[in-house]
Amino acid sequence: TSRPAELAACLEAVLGNRSSANRVFELLEPLAVREPEHIVSAARACSRLFGALLERRELFVGPLPEQDAYSAQDKYRIWMRHRYRDCVGCLGELMGHDSFQVKELALCTLMKFVELEAQYPLIKIEWKGTLTFPCDLLKVVVDGLLPSKEDASLLISRFQEYMEYDDVRYFVMKAVTASIAQVMQKTKERPLPFYQQNVFSLISPINMPNKESEMVKFMVKQDNREELKLSKLQAHRHVFERMWLTFLKHKLPTSLYKKVLVILHDSVLPYMNEPTLMMDFLTVAYGIGGAISLLALNGLFILIHQHNLEYPDFYKKLYNLLDPSIYHVKYRGRFFHLTDLFLSSSHLPAYLVAAFIKRLSRLALTAPPEALLMIIPFICNLFRRHPACRVLVHRPGGPADMSEDPYVMEEEEPSESRALESSLWEIQSLQNHYYPDVAKAAAVLNQSLSEMEDDISGLLELSAYELFDKEVKKKAVDVPLEFEPVRGLFGKKNDIFAEHFSLD
Amino acid sequence: MGKAAKRKKKVSMPSAAKGPVKSAMAVVKSNPFEVKVNRQKFDILGRKTKNDVGLPGVSRSKAIKKRNQTLLKEYKEREKTNVFKDKRFGEYNTKISPEEKMIRRFTLERQQNYGKKNIYNLNEDEELTHYGQSLAEIEKLNDIVDSDSDTEERGTLSAELTAAHFGGGGGLLRKKVSSEQQAEEEEKPKSRKELIEEMIAKSKQEKQERQTRRESALELTEKLDKDWKEIQTLIARKTPKSERKDKEVEKPKPDEYDMIVRELGFEMKAKPSERLKTEEELAKEEQARLQKLEADRLRRMHGIDEEANKKRPSHMSADDLADGFILDKDDRHLLSYKDGKINIENEEEKEEEEGEEDDEGEGEEEDNENEEESQEESASEDEEDGAADSHSDLESDLESEEEAAGNKEEKKHKANENEPENVEKLDPKREAAKSELPYTFTVPESYETFKSLLAGRTIEQQLIILERIQKCNHPSLAVGNKAKLEKLFGFLLEYIGELATLDLPELRTIDKLVLPLYNLCQMFPEAASDSIKFILRDAAHDLGEIIEVKGRATFPGLDTLVYLKIVSLLFPTSDFWHPVVTPAFVYMSQLLTKCRITTLQDVIKGLFVCCLFVEYVSLSRRFAPELINFLLGVLHISLPKSQAQGYTVVHPFTQVGKNLELLLVCDEEDLKSWEKQNVPLSIVTRLKETSRTEINHTRLSCLALCFDLIKKCAALYESLPSFHEIMHPVKILLTQHVPVNEYPEKLQEWYHSALKELENKVKHYTPLICEKKKPVPLKQYTPKIVKVLEFGKKQAGSKKEQERKQLIQRHKRELKGAIREIRKDNQYLARMQLSETMERDSARKRKVKELLGSLATQEGEWKAMKRKKWKN
Repeated sequence: TSRPAELAACLEAVLGNRSSANRVFELLEPLAVREPEHIVSAARACSRLFGALLERRELFVGPLPEQDAYSAQDKYRIWMRHRYRDCVGCLGELMGHDSFQVKELALCTLMKFVELEAQYPLIKIEWKGTLTFPCDLLKVVVDGLLPSKEDASLLISRFQEYMEYDDVRYFVMKAVTASIAQVMQKTKERPLPFYQQNVFSLISPINMPNKESEMVKFMVKQDNREELKLSKLQAHRHVFERMWLTFLKHKLPTSLYKKVLVILHDSVLPYMNEPTLMMDFLTVAYGIGGAISLLALNGLFILIHQHNLEYPDFYKKLYNLLDPSIYHVKYRGRFFHLTDLFLSSSHLPAYLVAAFIKRLSRLALTAPPEALLMIIPFICNLFRRHPACRVLVHRPGGPADMSEDPYVMEEEEPSESRALESSLWEIQSLQNHYYPDVAKAAAVLNQSLSEMEDDISGLLELSAYELFDKEVKKKAVDVPLEFEPVRGLFGKKNDIFAEHFSLD
Repeated sequence: MGKAAKRKKKVSMPSAAKGPVKSAMAVVKSNPFEVKVNRQKFDILGRKTKNDVGLPGVSRSKAIKKRNQTLLKEYKEREKTNVFKDKRFGEYNTKISPEEKMIRRFTLERQQNYGKKNIYNLNEDEELTHYGQSLAEIEKLNDIVDSDSDTEERGTLSAELTAAHFGGGGGLLRKKVSSEQQAEEEEKPKSRKELIEEMIAKSKQEKQERQTRRESALELTEKLDKDWKEIQTLIARKTPKSERKDKEVEKPKPDEYDMIVRELGFEMKAKPSERLKTEEELAKEEQARLQKLEADRLRRMHGIDEEANKKRPSHMSADDLADGFILDKDDRHLLSYKDGKINIENEEEKEEEEGEEDDEGEGEEEDNENEEESQEESASEDEEDGAADSHSDLESDLESEEEAAGNKEEKKHKANENEPENVEKLDPKREAAKSELPYTFTVPESYETFKSLLAGRTIEQQLIILERIQKCNHPSLAVGNKAKLEKLFGFLLEYIGELATLDLPELRTIDKLVLPLYNLCQMFPEAASDSIKFILRDAAHDLGEIIEVKGRATFPGLDTLVYLKIVSLLFPTSDFWHPVVTPAFVYMSQLLTKCRITTLQDVIKGLFVCCLFVEYVSLSRRFAPELINFLLGVLHISLPKSQAQGYTVVHPFTQVGKNLELLLVCDEEDLKSWEKQNVPLSIVTRLKETSRTEINHTRLSCLALCFDLIKKCAALYESLPSFHEIMHPVKILLTQHVPVNEYPEKLQEWYHSALKELENKVKHYTPLICEKKKPVPLKQYTPKIVKVLEFGKKQAGSKKEQERKQLIQRHKRELKGAIREIRKDNQYLARMQLSETMERDSARKRKVKELLGSLATQEGEWKAMKRKKWKN
């Protein structure tokens, strides 16, 4: 007879007759073997068995007592409850199994138990407000989802469907908070890349409700849930906030840092009760420098803009963020969108804006064409907002000859950079750029600017490939040809290739 | 009142002249009884109305009068069918002036009278003949004639004379006498004798004159005939030189007519070939041509007013230096041909003009360049002559072929005709090689057939095959050839790409294959640009996909690099915008910024692209930030890992991390044994096989190349206002970080020359000043003036809509007017008919009365008689 058939027979026996209750071990034993297919069939059988038992309320309710001074009925139920605990323990371990099929099955089985337990609670209801949700069981699931040695993102993504339930989400968040505290305490400030990565992939997709009325999807229907914290958005937010703060309290690996910062403004800050609590994290991130600072800017902006955060020397720091890499990084569009926002205030002093203009254009000397197409209108917009800076492009009575550019690039303080004494020779140089559109855009600064600001939102995310596409699709009326006849591949006069390369 | 008006009018009408009418109108107007005033309900200031005062009487009488003249006439002639036709010439043609009209009429009259002229009329121009002999001749011969004979009367005496003698009054009447004479006669009646004498004298004189005129005409025709015969012989013989001489000798001041005749003769038949040009002349022409092309290129390079470009269909960009000089004529390189030879003279003239004008703008540079060019030109020629290897003959042949291609199709055509000759002249070696090849080829339809055609052939044979394919399928020979040859370009490109991707790339073959590629490109620029763009698009697409998937890309294979190099050979890279070159630029920029540098091959490929960049911008001196960034990165990876300060490298290089020290050479011996050598391109596919020393040497060569590129960049960009800022990081790296002393001597030389180029540039800044903008006129508070088309109408709506409404309105008004006119016409007609019937009726009544009266009298008389009888 085949294995599944045996298990099925065993299952029938255990459910049918209490005298053959000992055969339950035959079901539990295969959970510890190696072969995945045995585990799968055993797990299925266990799921059916304990599911049925839970529905029949044949498991002992309440905390498990030490001594057995109970009736035979109770004894059976207590014994069965022990077996159930064993089974849950095994399944929790199986979530770390090598085979994804096993993992997934273990997860689903445990979640089925969660659902059934919530319906037929194993906790004694002592008063009306007693929480009947199986938090301990959920904790087992969450621990299983967050291994510290491997990447469990696949299993986590499988788990996402349960996160739709408002109550499950609530308790998962609680469990995650507890788990982080527990795990990170052991490691003592040393980052655990896998664990943190797993936590991030579990909590980053959390979709918080916006209004209390949206919270209608619960796994367990409870009559008295109106009184419970569970149904309060405030409580959810509180848990959410606690979870993130706990998560961010510990040192993060750089890649994860960036990921967190990318989603922070969008899916974390709006759902916190007290967004200002993020201030420390963001300030530290802003101080780190490089791409992380660029990304922290977004969250910081929300805090400054909506939560009255006063940030000393904000512009100075922003100014110092500008280095040659800003035109090359992936987050270019985002950064310049924010910079545009920060510099849109008309109350900024002229020296500051001039310093920004000068620095941006100095750095533009190393920028690729797609970034140049964005930054030149950007600078034009700055000129429009701050007419006092126009001396940079128009200084009629200035000294005729200068031997140095007065602007000091190395100066960290914008007010000391002497930008207002300088001129925008960089943009003038760019009028000689090889890409015709850049040259044309740069030539705009030769004329007096129009009143209307340019819309740069479409230019922020411009890619080199788009430029290429645009150029290739242009229709040419006529194709000019080289008139100098060829003499070979490297046959031009003064051919630089002929000097350094050979055709061998 | 009406009656009074009519009476008045009747009084005024008879004096039909204009003046009196006007005065009469004034009288009418001043007469309050005549005037009808259209009262206005509201007086509006400034409004002028035409119809506030009407003169009903006047206008009515006008209308009636007009109808009397037109409608009534028609009415009266309604049953008449015969029509009066005025056939006087040009009577109603206003285009002809009266003088001309008179002349034309006169000629017509003469023509009409031509056939029935009097034979006795001596004034006739025609020569009279008798049995085919001129009567004048006969007269001369038979001097003595009987006075009695009829001939005298008939032949010699004029009609007038006869008439005068014999008093033939009737004859005189019949004769045509010139009006002048008539006038004279009328003026002053002379005596009969006088008159006759005068007439005789006159006729004789006229005769004499005619004679001389005829003689001179005859002489001229004879001369003409002679000339024509000469020309005919010339044409037959085709001896241009002698002809030219003849022309010079015989015709010191050529007649206009003769010239035309001759020109016609040349045009129709002759093909005189010009003398062969000397080497110097050829060189001069070539230089002039190059100068022109260079000027043209410069115009495209500056490309300031592309708008102007857009208006014109042909490619033309302006190089006008805002000095008011407009080069808007299309002087692209299109040589004109005359009699199978390049027609350069007039172009040279143009060029001289242009040259002068250019000199104003950027004279020195231009001149220098031209000089350089010519020098180089001669130098390169020398080189070629000098390089007399085994292929020298072949090469020169190729070159001539190439020139032919440059000079475009006509010449090709000619070459085509001369092909057999060429073939005979070739050296035996080539002939032997060619003996295996067929002479005609069809254009392969697919890439596979193309490849099989070239497979297993030597480079020379492949070239010959390609050349023959081109010649046999020249577009002028058959209709479909153009498309076929355009395809051939694509195949050739693909073939080159395939050769470049081989494990051992056959770059030598590619080196030769670019010649036919260039020729084909010159023939079909559009198709060539399309196929190259296609290749570039594929490459860029691949790159874009990889970047999207992985975030970073790797350098493409050698074939793409070769394609990019070919672009620079086929198209002018200095244009402000070019359909092929600009996408190539963007692609290269992507290569330098997006592709990861992990191996030495990547460095070599990157440096190759840098060289391409430098070459592309070498004439236009356009700024390429990527180029400087990459060179800085290359220098950076040649340094030992350290906390380098003072400069930042950007993507794809990193300040710290992996893939540093790719170009670092530590081995002392390798450093010592290094000699500058050209990096073989095939190294990018088979670097692994080479030894460690060789790799180190390649690294040093790369470094040398990098130094050279920096030097070239410094030379290119020195004119940029922020040159120092651009070069600042490179300079810091060169002066502070590069371990010069460890380098071999040769490399140190490269280093120092680069550094020198960087350092001896003066820092010089002038503050920027915007271009002056047009002063904006002050806002003034004068009312906005809108053209009022019609009062009381809404002014809203677009101009078109308004116009439409206006038209509808006008049509309505016209329709109403027409209906009114027709009604009035009908009324008038009815009135006429009524008056007619009334007249008729009254006449009838009258007649009836008369009849009745007569009958009554008859009756009365009859009764009276009866009564009498009765009484009696």
